[in-house]
Amino acid sequence: MQHTLSVLVENKPGVLTRVTSLFARRGFNIDSLAVGVTEDPTLSRITMVVSAADTPLEQITKQLHKLVNVLKIQDLDPAEMVDRELVLFKVNAPPDRRHEVIEVANVFRTKIIDVGKNSLTIEATGTAEKLAAMEDLLRAYGIKELARTGRIALARGSREC
Amino acid sequence: MSERITGAQALVKGLEAEGVDVLFGYPGGVVLPIYDALYHTESVRHILVRHEQGAVHAADGYARVTGRPGVALVTSGPGATNTVTGIANAYMDSIPLVVFTGQVATSVIGTDAFQESDITGITMPITKHNYLVKDAADVPEVIKEAFHIAATGRPGPVLVDMPVDVSRGEVDFVWPASVHLPGYRPTYRGHAKQIKQAANLIAKARKPLLYVGGGVIASGASKEIKELAELMQLPVTCTLMGKGAFPEDHHLSIGTPGMHGAKYTNYSITETDLLIGVGVRFDDRVTGKLASFASKAKVIHVDIDPAEIGKNKPVDVPIVGDAKHIVAAIVAELRKSGAQPRTEGWMRVIDDWRTRFPLHYHTSTESVMPQHVVERIDALTAGRETVICTEVGQNQMWAMQYHKALKPRRWVSSGGLGTMGFGFPAAIGAQAGRPGALVIDIAGDGSFQMVSQELATAKIHDLPVKVVILNNGFLGMVRQWQELFYGKRYSQSVLPQDCPDFVKLAEAYGCLGVRAETPGDVDQALEAAFAFDGPAVVDCRVEAEECVFPMVAPGGSIDEMLGGIPGGPVSEMLDDGLLEEVWE
Repeated sequence: MQHTLSVLVENKPGVLTRVTSLFARRGFNIDSLAVGVTEDPTLSRITMVVSAADTPLEQITKQLHKLVNVLKIQDLDPAEMVDRELVLFKVNAPPDRRHEVIEVANVFRTKIIDVGKNSLTIEATGTAEKLAAMEDLLRAYGIKELARTGRIALARGSREC
Repeated sequence: MSERITGAQALVKGLEAEGVDVLFGYPGGVVLPIYDALYHTESVRHILVRHEQGAVHAADGYARVTGRPGVALVTSGPGATNTVTGIANAYMDSIPLVVFTGQVATSVIGTDAFQESDITGITMPITKHNYLVKDAADVPEVIKEAFHIAATGRPGPVLVDMPVDVSRGEVDFVWPASVHLPGYRPTYRGHAKQIKQAANLIAKARKPLLYVGGGVIASGASKEIKELAELMQLPVTCTLMGKGAFPEDHHLSIGTPGMHGAKYTNYSITETDLLIGVGVRFDDRVTGKLASFASKAKVIHVDIDPAEIGKNKPVDVPIVGDAKHIVAAIVAELRKSGAQPRTEGWMRVIDDWRTRFPLHYHTSTESVMPQHVVERIDALTAGRETVICTEVGQNQMWAMQYHKALKPRRWVSSGGLGTMGFGFPAAIGAQAGRPGALVIDIAGDGSFQMVSQELATAKIHDLPVKVVILNNGFLGMVRQWQELFYGKRYSQSVLPQDCPDFVKLAEAYGCLGVRAETPGDVDQALEAAFAFDGPAVVDCRVEAEECVFPMVAPGGSIDEMLGGIPGGPVSEMLDDGLLEEVWE
């Protein structure tokens, strides 16, 4: 099962290595990873997507808690979180088909951020499902290059007291 | 008030502030500023080892007998990488260490400079935490944190990497009053409801068993364990790491569990209806096949490390926290409820097993039996303040089986990592930590040869440790496995018994060397060594192909054991109706 872990860590050199090497050492594959500083500049948030059964996940979460630089770990409930990824698609778009690609971008409420002679680059944000659907459609035109961020997520505001 | 000093001087002041009295180390290029700062200090005794691995093992031995963090100091590159085994050993056994390594200057880190190694990267998975200090101004805070992390919670090794320019740099030295570690808050007090639930189970159990490990030693909870055991008349098994946590001459002590545990110990675990694990981690050498380990029992597990709870064995009552506090709270709860012991019948069953299946070896009038040597060590040191260290392999298992540990912190053995060559340098550290004690390393000829150069350390620093080599001319445990599981093909496990001549080797270092070749020699040789005012080596030429029995085959259930007095599995050992009689 896929889990989205949100890990609050001290913003210090080497902390990401400590976290990821722990996963590697215990035989976990990280499906996606995103790291950035939080509202407090001394803290960073690492958002990780991992596929694991509950028992091994519990073990690695406990091991993660033991890292001195780790402050808080949340295993976000998919029903109670908001999550986004960002993808840049560079899509084949010769002048005669450019229009169609722009239409797809519009349908998904995404932005064209670069126009080349034979290509368009689209910036798309959304959930993994939306982006997968979009990728599927764009594949028909030929995706020349693609870059994606890891998933970032927060618990929904309604969960707060 | 602050004073302007160098990073190296700050390090030494930090050691003084932490009350460090002994430092094990070996100098080299980038730690010269630190060694220069040490030159002027009187409060810290520096013990110069002959190999950096020895420094870390010695610090480890020191920590095990004193309960205070052991400290080592080495140079960068090879000095640092030579500490890796020692650090891994301490990590596996939860021993508090602070290891200082030198590092090349910050300006050249990452350039493959001379004697550069990424020691913080290398030791990340085997330290509780580590630091690369980038600024002399950080030195006081880092040292304070390093000692705090090493010694609190589940103890463990912490490494501090000191680039040479940081040692040379300047700092306004102020010793921090406290540490600020928002991500590090060990839990000490157990959950009240869980404690109550544990007490309820203990009060009701008919066949309870206390399973005690190194966490009880680390926590200093021996007194509380004894109170609990005596109050409820609970049989107690101490693991290799927990040896000494409960006196082994006590009638409730039922020996060490696991692969080379006594049959009665393993039968008791298999039959128990309530396993009370305190400061243990259900290690595979203890549990054997997990599915049949204490499979009839409810499990209470007390440990300071939440990650240990439920890791190997599902637990009914998990209690995270400090053993001392929690066991005391369970005792208080039991007293309050007026619980009475119900284990008379259970103890009769165990005593019956104990009588029928004691540890056993064939005595000989011609050969020195290794088990006999261990028994004689115990007999000849009775009443003396003694610390027993071991190497790893058969020597360790015989020491575990036949030495009776009576007090905590008098038993020093490499548990988790199983490090050959640990015992002797650890004994040196133990002797530095307990100058008045008789410190004995029960060694094998293989293990001792990995670290025999430390005889110089023992001699020069007046650390009169006694090395008793159970010299069988083999890597004995390897040979035993080859005998049992590899058709007696002794592939690369033969070490000639007379090479080296251990007596001459000892003498070459100015130590006493004595030899025991027949059973009649043993007492005299041991007495000579124990009476000698300095380090001594006793070369006991023991029966070469003796095996450690009983033995659980790897992956087997612990009640199905090879060797020893025939018997088992436990289901077949209850046939005299005693259990039924007892429970009816």
